[in-house]
Amino acid sequence: MSTSTTSASTASASPSGAGRLAGKVAFITGAARGQGRSHALRLAREGADIIAIDLCGPLPTVGYPLGTPEDLAMTVDLVEELDRRIVAVPADVRDLASLEQALAVGVAELGRLDIVCANAGILSSGSLADLTEEAWREMIDINLSGVWRTCRAAIPHLIAGGRGGSIVLTSSVAGLKSYPNIAHYVSAKHGVTGLMRTLAVELAPHRIRVNSVHPTQVDTDMIQNDVMYRLFCPDSENPTKEEFAAASRATGLLPVDWVEAIDVSNAVLFLASEDARYITGTALAIDAGALMI
Amino acid sequence: MPALAGKVALITGAARGQGRSHAVRLAAEGADIIAIDICAQIESVPYPLARPADLEQTAAEVRALGGRIVTAHADVRSQAELRAAVDAAVGELGRLDIVCANAGIHSSAPAHELPEQAWQDLIDVNLTGVWLTCKVAVPHIIAGGRGGVVIVTASVAGHKPYATISHYVAAKHGLIGLTKTLAQELAPHGIRVNAISPTQVDTDMIQNDMIYRQFVPDAERPTREQFAEASQATNLLPVPWVEPSDVSDAVAFLAGDGARFITGASLPVDAGVLAK
Repeated sequence: MSTSTTSASTASASPSGAGRLAGKVAFITGAARGQGRSHALRLAREGADIIAIDLCGPLPTVGYPLGTPEDLAMTVDLVEELDRRIVAVPADVRDLASLEQALAVGVAELGRLDIVCANAGILSSGSLADLTEEAWREMIDINLSGVWRTCRAAIPHLIAGGRGGSIVLTSSVAGLKSYPNIAHYVSAKHGVTGLMRTLAVELAPHRIRVNSVHPTQVDTDMIQNDVMYRLFCPDSENPTKEEFAAASRATGLLPVDWVEAIDVSNAVLFLASEDARYITGTALAIDAGALMI
Repeated sequence: MPALAGKVALITGAARGQGRSHAVRLAAEGADIIAIDICAQIESVPYPLARPADLEQTAAEVRALGGRIVTAHADVRSQAELRAAVDAAVGELGRLDIVCANAGIHSSAPAHELPEQAWQDLIDVNLTGVWLTCKVAVPHIIAGGRGGVVIVTASVAGHKPYATISHYVAAKHGLIGLTKTLAQELAPHGIRVNAISPTQVDTDMIQNDMIYRQFVPDAERPTREQFAEASQATNLLPVPWVEPSDVSDAVAFLAGDGARFITGASLPVDAGVLAK
């Protein structure tokens, strides 16, 4: 490989060369914006190079705009501003081959893989009667099976590296407790919790740690939209951001309307770093106390 | 009068195993039965699934108790097949009170070696199939206006992990979430939704070479006796597995008025697995 010189010069030029993740490579799904972009920047700031994928397109059952190619390009710009390298390609977590291809390209270019953030996810809603089979299947296919496909594609690279690794699955408080009218989301996120636990058991002999993060509402485009406002304020005809904020705040203990993406990224960084070297199989809530209610 | 006299119970995966046991038990309590099974093989499942003759045997055992039963071949992955079967059967038996979403399959491989079709089939049957069963059946319970009961067959794997069955653990964890969510959504209709979480149950789903190898990975040709020993080691009580009738006892309890204020729960029938 011809990357050794560029790699060395990049590392020495980087102010974060001595960061907590110096020399590591992280794979992040759903990285065009929101939590995924925030994870990319947080990990890059600690010295990691990034392999970033995102669907970069709309989905039939999702009632709010998803990430775009321009969003993913912005993530690239922001990571490069931190003097880290990034390989970003559009890929679909419903398509195992597209994930394998993205990782093949990314690992060839960046030389290794250490960290996996299976973050890509969607939200839609409906009661048992109203939720369509299409919406159920799209949700399970992305938020649960997509997480497995991400791991299915990435784990061989981690094992091949022989240096262990850290996988962080993005679940939700809905992976540990239930909310009405999002049965598909709750089922998928509970499933992710189970997947995390199983992977922790299977991969421990390879020194690969597997944990999950369980955020409450995070201030991103996935919640700041009409679908979410109506889910939280079912009695309001045209719920406003303020009404949603009050309803959202009531789901937690701490007096905040929601958490920020950086709060989740800080948890991801902790789990990805050596600070968490003996933590595996853990479900870490970033929930302002929502699980206590 | 029997506890469930006059009620009608729908059971998926009813051709044999736990499903047949539930059908016979609920019939013994006085319920009429709607028994559904795919009665066909799914390719990624490495042990034989039920055949039409198995479902006929379930029907014979229910009728021998004096109960009425309507059987249908339907795949829980198909909303259309389920809807046709359930609508016709409810039309014939007049009502629906109890749903046992029991149909399930099993396969095994490490998560990063699992073929995509095996993951997909298992998620489709064990998770999506339960949701589709509820989506099709619950409107009949609501229409009755008398409340009702949904019992979801989860597993101890809905609460804790087991190596080489990531898809099964993910699906069963998903069912715990689904159970709690539906308990919230359906409580205003007087419909209770609970899960049962068995340990290994002595049926064809576990008495096969695939499971023997999963539990005894170091043996070249694991025997039933070696599996029994390994299986017993997962339980607290000194038994290798529980019987289908043990799970049916829990189902009968949750289906009856003795459990009238129990909803959103997961009842282990696990010989102590989850206490470890």
